[in-house]
Amino acid sequence: MSGQGHDHHDHEHSELSETQLRVRALETVLTEKGYVDPAALDLLIETYEKKVGPRNGARVVARAWIDPAYRARLLKDGTPAIAEIGYAGRPGEHIVALENTPKLHNMVVCTLCSCYPWPVLGLPPVWYKSAPYRSRAVADPRGVLADFGVTLPKDTEIRIWDSTSEMRYLVLPMRPAGTEGWSEEKLAELVTRDSMIGTALPKSPKDIAK
Amino acid sequence: MQLRTRALETILIEKGYVEQAAIDQLIETYEKKIGPRNGAQVVAKAWVDPKFRQWLFEDGTAAIGSLGFGGRSGNHLVALENTASVHNMVVCTLCSCYPWAVLGLPPLWYKSAPYRSRAVADPRGVLRDFGMELPKDTEIRIWDSTAELRYLVVPMRPAGTEGWSEGKLVELVTRDSMIGTGRPKHPGELP
Amino acid sequence: MNGGQDLGGTHGHGPVKPEPNEPVFHDEWEKRACALTLAMSAPGGWNLDMVRFARENRPPREYLSMTYYQIWFAALERMTKERGLVSDDEIEAGHSLYPPKPVRRVLSPGDVAKTLHRGGPTERDTNTKPVFAVGDKVRAKNINPLTHTRLPRYVRGHVGTIERVVGCHVFPDSNAHGGGENPQWLYTVRFDGRELWGADSDATIKVSVDAWEPYLSPTT
Repeated sequence: MSGQGHDHHDHEHSELSETQLRVRALETVLTEKGYVDPAALDLLIETYEKKVGPRNGARVVARAWIDPAYRARLLKDGTPAIAEIGYAGRPGEHIVALENTPKLHNMVVCTLCSCYPWPVLGLPPVWYKSAPYRSRAVADPRGVLADFGVTLPKDTEIRIWDSTSEMRYLVLPMRPAGTEGWSEEKLAELVTRDSMIGTALPKSPKDIAK
Repeated sequence: MQLRTRALETILIEKGYVEQAAIDQLIETYEKKIGPRNGAQVVAKAWVDPKFRQWLFEDGTAAIGSLGFGGRSGNHLVALENTASVHNMVVCTLCSCYPWAVLGLPPLWYKSAPYRSRAVADPRGVLRDFGMELPKDTEIRIWDSTAELRYLVVPMRPAGTEGWSEGKLVELVTRDSMIGTGRPKHPGELP
Repeated sequence: MNGGQDLGGTHGHGPVKPEPNEPVFHDEWEKRACALTLAMSAPGGWNLDMVRFARENRPPREYLSMTYYQIWFAALERMTKERGLVSDDEIEAGHSLYPPKPVRRVLSPGDVAKTLHRGGPTERDTNTKPVFAVGDKVRAKNINPLTHTRLPRYVRGHVGTIERVVGCHVFPDSNAHGGGENPQWLYTVRFDGRELWGADSDATIKVSVDAWEPYLSPTT
């Protein structure tokens, strides 16, 4: 990008302005025709900007770390277990929890588009939807993990789950050491979004010790 | 693009890596001198001369070389015979490999994503884009030029050309008919 | 379709570049495009499979050079125009020029939470039994439809193992093109990395896809 200079930025900027105008135009037309209600649109935006996000999934993981019976229910059938905590719905009707172990690391991708467990993780980040991730996750997961600064032992099996149907996958990372006796709330702080996708490990106690 | 190309050319010449005159000569060669007329001569000869025709299919490089054509992108030439039951088509799905020595530089469509993606999967659809329809039971063979072999299609000689000279027959052989996306002209189509 | 969206295993895209503290939306228009897409599915009368196809159905060069929400918006424009809900000249003008068409349902603010919560489950009842069982070896078929499919190219022709019998689910290949839900048995199929990427590739990788029964053939 840096070699292309002024021309490129101007072009990109005017392209975006055009998109901006078209989006606004379409919204106006759809609203004027009564197909959409602006208040509903605002509510949708608020839901995904502020309410639904990875904090949901972190609570699920933290509970699984603390409560073996919940963990068993979660691994057996993700959807109702997640609903127990209050998260459900579109898309995410069919959630499967994937257990990381010392020998097995799970990673989730949607090579064909961007399928992602919205109810527990919110909207996916740009990198998840990008060509680099979608192309390489299934072929070179260790290379992708390296892009995230993660190296796994050579003999760890890596399972990549390509979300080609409406099944949505949530990685259940391993509980970090040194967290004995921690409350669910405190444990949830260690659970990062990327650790629930499988491109990172959870934080360790010293990461949040400051 | 114009500016960048000119800039690079200037630098390469200034540094003595390339010579201006050589570049001009290359452009002249491929713009004016080497072109489908070469291949048309090969095909016309194959239409009138059975011994040449046989040689052409046995050893394309040698037979074509005997007419003075060869060299770059023509070192390993294979001639493909169209018959009433078999139609040949040539593509390079991976880039744009093309028998320059007999056809010159390839046209834009040959190098394009639509042709490269569809020729191997939907040749009849591609032929339709060229306004060409083959009988349902004609076998279509598509040759993907993935190595250094270059392919030249020898189309069938049009009817109504008995006794024609080689020189006149050359006029009927179109470039596209030697790629496999067109037919040669009929006698009636000549001006 | 074998389009730009079928990215698994393709090369040349460079490293993955996460953005630190990435906002949910990068621009105001992205928020609107996202919300409009969600809100229009009821009045639009389309399903998610149709939407996915509308997104992927463009020249790969375009797909690969558009941003995520540009693709969403392009599909939304296309679908609303195709169904005669809006026209190009109205978008150019920036406001409605013609009377609206009657639509079945409009999303009200009061229904947002409920609608999101309900989602769109795809499992359906059936009288049929699954052909495959856990542990069966199956071969992904070599299909190359021009229409919508969820069988990525990188698994076609390859042999995997049934890991899970998921259930009977809406079949996107039909549902995207007006063929109805046509629910089929859905399986999670696991492939060895070396089966997919060759004998020289990483031996520790396994990749799974969720594949409907019509995508699979039995094999020993």
